[in-house]
Amino acid sequence: MAAAPESAASKGLLGWIDRRFPLTALWRSQVSEYYAPKNFNFWYYFGSLALLVLVNQLITGIFLTMNYKPASADAFASVEYIMRDVSWGWLIRYMHSTGASAFFVVVYLHMFRALLYGSHRKPRELLWIFGCLIFLVLMAEGFMGYVLPWGNMSFWGAQVITSLFGSLPVIGGTLLEWIRGDYVIADATLNRFFALHVAALPLALIFLVIAHLMALHEVGSNNPDGIEIHDHEDEHGHPLDGVPFHPYYTVKDLVGVMFFLVIFCGVIFFAPTFGGLFLEGPNFEPANPLQTPPHIAPVWYFTPFYAMLRAVPSFWGTQVWGVLVMGASIVILFFVPWLDRSPVRSIRYRGPIYKIMLAVFVVSFIVLGLCGLKPPAGVYPLLAKICTVLYFAFFLLMPWYTRFDSVKPVPERVTSHD
Amino acid sequence: MIKRLFLIAVALFPAGVALAQEGGEIALLHAGTDITDIKSQQRGARDFMNYCSGCHSLTYLRYNRMAEDLRIPEADLKANLMFTSGNPYDGVNSALPADAAGWFGKQPPDLSLIARERGVDYLYSYLKGFYVDPSRMWGVNNLYLPGVAMPHILANLQGRQEPVYKNEPDSGGNAHMVLVDVKLTTPGTLSEQEYDVMCRDIANFLDYTGEPVKAKRQSLGVFVILFLLVGFAFTYLLKKEYWKDVH
Repeated sequence: MAAAPESAASKGLLGWIDRRFPLTALWRSQVSEYYAPKNFNFWYYFGSLALLVLVNQLITGIFLTMNYKPASADAFASVEYIMRDVSWGWLIRYMHSTGASAFFVVVYLHMFRALLYGSHRKPRELLWIFGCLIFLVLMAEGFMGYVLPWGNMSFWGAQVITSLFGSLPVIGGTLLEWIRGDYVIADATLNRFFALHVAALPLALIFLVIAHLMALHEVGSNNPDGIEIHDHEDEHGHPLDGVPFHPYYTVKDLVGVMFFLVIFCGVIFFAPTFGGLFLEGPNFEPANPLQTPPHIAPVWYFTPFYAMLRAVPSFWGTQVWGVLVMGASIVILFFVPWLDRSPVRSIRYRGPIYKIMLAVFVVSFIVLGLCGLKPPAGVYPLLAKICTVLYFAFFLLMPWYTRFDSVKPVPERVTSHD
Repeated sequence: MIKRLFLIAVALFPAGVALAQEGGEIALLHAGTDITDIKSQQRGARDFMNYCSGCHSLTYLRYNRMAEDLRIPEADLKANLMFTSGNPYDGVNSALPADAAGWFGKQPPDLSLIARERGVDYLYSYLKGFYVDPSRMWGVNNLYLPGVAMPHILANLQGRQEPVYKNEPDSGGNAHMVLVDVKLTTPGTLSEQEYDVMCRDIANFLDYTGEPVKAKRQSLGVFVILFLLVGFAFTYLLKKEYWKDVH
């Protein structure tokens, strides 16, 4: 990379830059000569869409920060100021609030894609782990962002979620105070959540995304057939079943981006609260420590985990078990590359057991999400318990069922593209 | 009689709260408001300023923003709608002192965002849900907000409504009086239809108040979506062109 290639492009300004910084070399190695499998399907749009949403969140976030006031006395009013008095403030705010939900939509679909096609399997374990870390940071980012408008659901949501740490034995009480910066959710809490939301966590997110992309470009992309395209290369060392990322996938991802934007803008302009799922009704009331909302529900993207938390009963006088189960439901994701023992990667060549288990997993995750939205009454607690067991069964039984499951012969070359 | 009603009210109150928490088995009425109906919002603004703004503020709504959006001339605004503040750029304040909680048991809430919090159907239902209940401080209760702290300000216009009960067995098999509806027994100065329109206008105005940009947002959205659909078509054709050599 150090020796700039002597090519026609390396003249003029670009040449001047290339002799001092590997711009052309980077462009070639990462974009125009990065070969991606030609058979990417629908499920492969969500990586680039996640990047788009990240940029959207960063840019709209910067503009929101210019007018938002992170103080418990001013926060709520400053959000209404943005909605009413700042030019196009309402659009910026809705882009940011809808973007938060969109982020989780595309990330959940992106993660599901990995489970479909075995994108986490060797040699992509670290790529998957970086992805899990991104998901973890994203959850923290989403939670703290939801506290900032300082509505009543912000306040009580923060109350419930931070109190989870208080249930930990021995250190719980001290930890809780350390997190809140006060004995209760208060001005100090809002201030530190703001700092974490706009500085610390976005930085972590950006570094992790860069690491995720570097790992991806090191090992190359998986594909719906779950086979290595570099096993069959032409005389130049280019994979026969690969195409340069640019222009092929830049133009293809652009189609995905436009389609995504139609839906994204549909929500922004016609249903920004999305029926109370993206922006909850009680959050249009200022934070009120004396009045609990009739039913505290986290935003939809946390409800599967919230349902698992509530599904676990308390033992020996402590509720810490639910917290541990909820933590385990995230931690277990990191181990998937080693839990999966199937000789093949893609679901296309796996047997029926994996297909059934994956379907059961998806259904139980969605049902958990619904349970988390509802008050814990009627059938919901039982449903949540069953689905929590199924959620963990998918992961914990994976070493067995993936090994015993039948497999189909894997093709030498990728099968098709659209 | 009063004692019996009181006992019923006491018995019903937890039931009412339970119902409200379950999303309310007493279904809300359909408001049928139209965010683009400026005439309705103008009437709603007039009614709100005359009947509601004495106690309820709209802190986040500036008078001149409202006048601009609802096409109310400034002279009309100042003469007919501004009762509590001298400056058109101020928010709509109530005439109540900050410690009016003692009058009603709680401070009348600011209604800037009430439509966003509860929805227009709730507001419409609420305005139509007052019924006579001598056990309450102001002699009225509300079908949709049991234990309401507010008197029925529009009672002269609507008239008197009486509660309608139904006998229902509870889980223990005992007969139980359950509040299911209200009915108008003494007409007010407005006909039922006129009062419905008034409630709809106020709900519509509060819907506007909750998000002044709502109508503009939706009309702008149509163009944004159309633009993006054209963009989608072009990028799809571009992709087709690039990919035609990949087999």
